[in-house]
Order: sequence, then C-alpha cells, then structure tokens
Amino acid sequence: MRRGPSAFNIAAIVLGMGFLYLPIALLVIYSFNESRLVTVWGGFSTRWYVSLFQNEQLLAAAWVTLRVAFVSATLATILGTLAALGLVRAGRFRGRTLFSSMTYAPLVMPEVILGLSLLLLFVAVGVARGFWTVMIAHTTLTLCYATVVVQARLVSFDEALEEAARDLGAPPWKAFALVTLPNIAPAVAAAWMLAFTLSLDDLVIASFTSGPGATTLPIRIYSAVRLGVSPEINAISTLLIGLVATGVIAVYLLSMRRRTAAP
Amino acid sequence: MSVTGAPRPHRPWKGLGRPRGQPSSEARAAYAPFLWLAVFFLVPFLLVAKLSLSDVVLAIPPYAPRLDWSRGLGGVIAFVRALDFEAYARMGQDGLYLAAYLSSLKFAAVATVILLLVGYPLAYGMTRCRPSVRQALLMAVILPFWTSFLIRVYAWIAILKPAGLLNMALAQIGLPPVDILNTDTAVYIGLVYAYLPFMVLPLYAVLERQEAGLLEAAADLGCTPFQSFWRVTFPLSLPGVAAGALLCFIPMVGEFVIPDLLGGSGTLMLGKTIWTEFFSNRDWPAASAVAIVLLATLVIPILLFQRQQTKMMEQR
Amino acid sequence: MNAKPRLNIGAVRSSFAPWADPSAKPLVRFDQVTKRFGGETAVDAVSLDIYEGEFFALLGPSGCGKSTLMRMLAGFETPDLGRITLGGEDLAGRPPHLRPVNMMFQSYALFPHLTVAQNIAFGLRQQKKPKDEIAARVDEMLALVRLEGLAHRKPDQLSGGQKQRVALARAIAPKPRMLLLDEPLGALDRKLREETQFELMALQQRLGMTFLIVTHDQEEAMITADRIAVMRAGQLAQIGRPAEVYEAPNSRYVADFIGDVNLFEARVTEDDGDIIRLVSPEAPEGLEAIEDDEIAIGSTAWLAVRPEKMRVHLDPPPPGPNRLEGTVADIGYLGDWTTYLVELPGGRTIRAARANASRVVDRPVDWDDKVWLTFAPDSAVVLTR
Repeated sequence: MRRGPSAFNIAAIVLGMGFLYLPIALLVIYSFNESRLVTVWGGFSTRWYVSLFQNEQLLAAAWVTLRVAFVSATLATILGTLAALGLVRAGRFRGRTLFSSMTYAPLVMPEVILGLSLLLLFVAVGVARGFWTVMIAHTTLTLCYATVVVQARLVSFDEALEEAARDLGAPPWKAFALVTLPNIAPAVAAAWMLAFTLSLDDLVIASFTSGPGATTLPIRIYSAVRLGVSPEINAISTLLIGLVATGVIAVYLLSMRRRTAAP
Repeated sequence: MSVTGAPRPHRPWKGLGRPRGQPSSEARAAYAPFLWLAVFFLVPFLLVAKLSLSDVVLAIPPYAPRLDWSRGLGGVIAFVRALDFEAYARMGQDGLYLAAYLSSLKFAAVATVILLLVGYPLAYGMTRCRPSVRQALLMAVILPFWTSFLIRVYAWIAILKPAGLLNMALAQIGLPPVDILNTDTAVYIGLVYAYLPFMVLPLYAVLERQEAGLLEAAADLGCTPFQSFWRVTFPLSLPGVAAGALLCFIPMVGEFVIPDLLGGSGTLMLGKTIWTEFFSNRDWPAASAVAIVLLATLVIPILLFQRQQTKMMEQR
Repeated sequence: MNAKPRLNIGAVRSSFAPWADPSAKPLVRFDQVTKRFGGETAVDAVSLDIYEGEFFALLGPSGCGKSTLMRMLAGFETPDLGRITLGGEDLAGRPPHLRPVNMMFQSYALFPHLTVAQNIAFGLRQQKKPKDEIAARVDEMLALVRLEGLAHRKPDQLSGGQKQRVALARAIAPKPRMLLLDEPLGALDRKLREETQFELMALQQRLGMTFLIVTHDQEEAMITADRIAVMRAGQLAQIGRPAEVYEAPNSRYVADFIGDVNLFEARVTEDDGDIIRLVSPEAPEGLEAIEDDEIAIGSTAWLAVRPEKMRVHLDPPPPGPNRLEGTVADIGYLGDWTTYLVELPGGRTIRAARANASRVVDRPVDWDDKVWLTFAPDSAVVLTR
C-alpha cells in the first residue's frame, strides 16, 4: 500500500494548483467586469462579450485562425501518422537518423528560429505571405507533435495484430485500415487536437509567416496586449480557454467512460 | 520466447530481412512527411545559415549576395566568395549580443532550477493521492498546457502591473506596493508559470511508475521516510528530472513572448534579439547569425533530449 | 519430472505414418531453406516434409530458428535461399493474405476493437463469404471451442484460456489447408496448459487438419505431436516420433534437450555386433550398451541413460558392467516420482528416478545412504556426437 499524502504533499498540491489556476481564474472573472478598469470590480456584466462580437477585426482574425488551425491540423495529423508509421515500423532505412532528427528538432527548437527560417524560404521562392504560408508553417511545427503522439501509441501496438489480419486474408492496406487504424484512432484524434490547439495558440511563427489579410487571432491579441490590459481581451481569452477546456475535458471523459465500460 | 504473462514477441528480424534497396511499405509511408520536412524544415534552415553569412543591403529582401543560377558555376563561385562572417564579427564586437546570449542562458538555467523546486513536490504529492484523485490532478496539470500560452502570460500582466491585482491585494493587508512588471522577476514568474506543466509531466511519469514495494523494502531495511525518499525515490526519478529540465531549458533559452510582455527594456534574451533585429532593425543577416548561435548553443541539449526520447520510446 | 515418458500417447496413432511411405506426397515441403538476419543465420538449409493430417512440432530453445521457419511458411519472412511448397505449389512471392494457411499467434493477437464473433468472422469476411454462411460458421466455431455465450464480448473481457480458444477458432474458421500455432499455450498456467494440450490433439483429430506447432516446451511437443523436429541454431537436429527422439536420440544435444539424461564420456573397446563395450573412469566396472550401428574401436562415445532407467539398490548387486557405486546426495520427492541424486566417488552426480508405485516402502532410501545404480544394456544409447 502507498502511504496517503502527507501535509507537505497536500500543501505542495494546493500551492501548485493555485499557482497554475489563480491567474486564469482572475482573468475569467474580470472578463465579466462591468468596469473598464481591470482592477476595479464594477459589477457583473457581459458587455465585453457583446462588444467582442461587434469587433469585426477580431472576428476576422478568429475566422482566419480557425481555418488555418483546421487545415494545418488535418494535414499535420495525416503526415504525422505516416511519419510515425515509418519510424516505428520500417526498422532501419536509409536516412532514418536524419528523418527522426527532423521530426524531433522542431519540438524543442525555439519558435523564433522556425519562424525566421520559414520566412526566408517564402521570400526566397517569392511567395506572397498569407493564409497558405501560415498554414504550411503550422503544419511543419505541429506535424512533429502529431508524430510523437501517434508514435507513442504505435510503439505499444502489437504488430502481430496486423500480421494476424494479413494472415486471415486481408491485403496490407486493408489490414491497416481494419485493424491498426481503429486501434490507434484515439491517438490520432489526440494528435489532431494537439495540432489544432497549437496552431490556434501560435504567435511567433504566425508573426513571421503571415502577411496582410491573414492576421491571426494571437497576432491581434498580442498587438492589443502590448497596449495594455483590456476587458475585451479578457473576454476573448475566456472564450478561447472555455473552448479548449471543454474539448479537452470532453475527450478525457469519453476515454474514461470507454475504459470503465470494459471491466 | 517468453512464457509468462502476455508475451510480446521479441523480433530480432525487424527490418533486417529485407533485400537491400527495397524499402518496406512502411518506409514508403514516411516519404511524404520526409519530403515535407526536407522542404519546410531543412531547406529553410540552410537558408538561415546562408543568410547569416551575407551582407545587409538596403533593399527587400535586405541581404546580399544572391545566388545567380543563370551565370552557372561562375555565379556559384562569385556567390561563395561574397559570403563572409561579418554578421558574426559584429556579434562578437557588439557587447549587447554577448550580454543577451549570457542573459538568455542565465534566465533559462535559473528558471529550470526554480521549476524543479516547484514541480518536484507537486509531482511527488500527486503520486501520493488515490488513483482517482491522481487522474483528476493530472488532468488539471495538463489543461493549462492546452490553453493559450499568450493568454496565460497576459493573465500575469493584470496581476503584476503597478495598479494591478497583486498590489491591490497587498494594499488590502496594509503592505507597500511592489513594482514587478517589466522586471526580471516578472520574467522568472512568467517562465515558471508557463513551463510548469512541462516539468511536472515527465516527473510525474517516472514517479508514478515507481513500485510501492520499493519504499516498503527500504522501510523494511531500516530507512526513515526521508531516507527512503532520498536514497530510493529520488535517484530513480532522475531520468524524469533530466527530461523535465531539458524540455523546459531548451525552449526557454529562445523564449520571446514572456520577456517581451513581462520583461523590461533592460531584459535581454536572444529570442527577443532575433525578433528586434528582424522586425525593427530589418537586419536579416544579424537575426540569422543570432539564430545560428542560439541553435549551436542548444545542439547538445537537443541531442541529449532526443537520445532520451528514443530510449523512452524503446522502453515502452 | 520432465522425464515422464508418455509413450502410450504417441502410440495411439502408430498406424499413421505417411512419412514412411515413399509414394506419399507431402503437404508442405521446406527445401534447403535458409534465412539470415543481418550476419546471423536464423535458419540454415532446412529441409522438411509435413504430411496431410499430421500434427507436427518444431521444438527447440528460443532463438533456434523455429519461429522464423514458421513465419516463412505464413509469408511474413522471405527465405534467402531454398523453396517452400504447399501442395506442390511454390509459395515464393505470395503475400501472407494469399496463402491458405492460418496462424495462431503467440500473443493471440485478438483484435481488441472487435467482439469475439467479429474476430472469428474476420477471415471469412476477407473471403467475401455470404453473411448467413459467415454467421453459421461463427456459431459452429464458437460451439467447437465452447464459447457460445461469449460471442459479443470484447477480448479484454476474456480470461487467458478463453482468449486462447478465440484465437484458435479465428484461425480455424477460414478452413485453412494448415494451421500454424506459435507457442500457443505459452501464456497459460500449468494446469490449463496440460488440459489444452489434450484438447488441441482431440481437435486436430476431429478436424483432420494439418497442424504445425512451434514450441520450446518439450512436454507439449511430446503430448501433441505425431512427429517432432528438434532444432538447434537454425538446423534440424533430429526428426522423429516423440518416442523416437526420447528413446533414440541421435546426439547429446537431443538427449539432453528432451528430458533428463546422464551422459558418460567413454572409449569404445569392443563391438561384437549388438553389444558395444566401453570404458570410462566414471564406471570402473565398464559399460555396455546395445547398438546396431558400428562404432570404431578406440573412438570416443557418450553413453546416455535416462534417470528412470537407472535402478537404485541398497544392497550390492552382483558385480559387472553398468554398475555404479555412490552415496545419495539429494532426494527430490515429487509425489508421483522420486528423483535421487547419487554422487559417485569421482564427484560426478548421477540422476536416478523411481515411480512411487506404492504408498509405503519397506526400506526407504535416505540421504547419505550408500547405494548402487545399475541399468540394462538396452536402456542405454551410444551417441557419437
């Protein structure tokens, strides 16, 4: 038996969680503040949410961001799944070291460098920067995260399952579709979600690779934040946090229920 | 061939039996992402390296030389001749770059140590809870990781600014106000706050896997709870410590958003320097040179991290 | 314990011996098959015939190449050299899904996202069988492995023994020409394993299907198989009926791998047709064995004697060959058998086993007793390698 948590353990948890959540909680609370002054509580109000939906610039940026995130997450998940398959299943092949290095490096490489290097590429080939360049940049970044997530699942996936399918008469592509894919589907979905939120969140890479007409929400928020705290930013932040938190918790609860459904 | 439990067959044949030069279908699956990364990661990176050896000219894009393919080999030679280390030389001469470089390393190193001090007790406390509570706490640690980095940093501005929530709270209990925003302290708070999940998760992973029997054995052999922690739990958690430290240290060195929003004009960090050189000074070669130096600094930690990742993948 | 001979089982089908019939065509033929992984030779020029209706076992320690041999038949590995034919047809270049053999995997490899019934139907679906035919065959298979009530369970809701039976049903359902079993009982506990061994055998008889089993468990191979191929480092060490490989091993490796054995290194002094006489420092009174093959006088040979063929005497038997003298160093009481470890004057320990045929023994053999061991010349096997 494990010993229960000691007073010290509980203190560490409470302080740690408080540290993690207090700023977010304050931000959410003050998004419902009637007063424009962030530190003065002027009563409950949803006026900043209303004004948010009248701010066309912000809405346009949100729309760009969602589109970029959707397309890049989808592309990154497909490419990442293929990359994970290659890394886990193919054994040794020529260029494997280079390939695995390239899939790990963007995970830890400072975003500034990634953004700068992609900008230089786009300038060198003379592409106008906009939606597609941000999309490509985000796909490059998030494809690596997607690879890692799917790879972690594939490593623990018994390859004998796919062999069994082939042995029972399924050609390789069908064995993959009928057996491997359904079993790694939760990881693929998680990879997509991770890619989506990373793209939604990214400021640095988008700043380097976006052009006029493709201003993303983080870029808008950033330029607003530089001017100071505003309740409108609080409101949009709360919406974003709510959106992501709902998604993450829903996925978590779903996966829990599936686990308990099979005793 | 193992006989106990659900055996996972050992596959010595993996990837070995294939005739040479005939890639498996799985290797072929990797072609598309491989190509993607080559075009959008490797090539751009080489461009940065090249640009760091170029001169600034007043045009867009503001650099020279440009490789003129129409002149054939002569063009290539002229191109290579024109490359120089001017941007690097300027970096060496300008004390500001060196200061930014050292200060980046200092920020990242100090923040990593603080993260360990904050994250370890939290991760350890979590593993001591009942499994259901543990799951919820784990979720609670992961959740901020999914929410916007920018927003989480922004939340601190409202707290730390001179007329912010912190000073308001201090005034309530009769303490003098503190001026934290736009100082190094704010940068440390921001770094620790933003990277805490990255530190807690690997620590939790190794601590949670530890068998309870180990502690019982240690107690049975006469260790006090503290001794068994220090002699058994902690040494066994070192891989998690290393993973967490690398996972935080590497991106923190190049961090831009936190020093930019929370730090002051005197806060020097390389990520910020690159951004400024690029967007404000439009000195692309300088920005590239700083990027190359930053990356060179991080090569060893990145390689360490990669090796550890591969090892962990293989262990699973 | 392992040495318990179960010859009666092997003898049940003594009339079944297609391999002895020169006109019989094998179902599967491995012809000089070689497979290398990197620099290592996993399978080294193996030639082997397996006949229709046979229960054939590939037996050997882990890493001896037995699994690789099976995987080449299933199509998961390609031989570097040699040919594999099934029903006279060369299998080269044919992918696994087009081979009429099915495999039962060591890990069972049950599809975790499919129910028991869907797992069993998987192969039939690939054959594009009509729906009602699939349903009927699934029911038939569920009845065969006695899992009727569990059709809609998922694999992780099954016990180890149930999983094993689903895996078996799934592999049999498409009516393969041959069933391949890769360590099929390795994950089961001892009691269940023994039961299942007999079940497998009965099932194979009933279906009349050809079974190829890969195992490292000699008892499993002895109980189930018509013939056993003992493998060593990628090569075939011996092929034969269970009783043959046990009673007439062709090498020290086979004698030692299957059951327990006492080996005496000796020099051949005399060969008078049937009886071979040998001298060994461990047996001062000489050794004798019955051996048809001729062995050169003066050459070195090994005399192999199974523990259960050693008789233990408390009173000295008349002097003569095959008589050893020693003291009891250890006694292992196993219920049905008792094993004695007898130390010879030279320090060598000999193993002797005795069935506990009656509950009460007049004069039990005790630790440190002085005993004599004897064995009959026809109980010993002379090995030259």
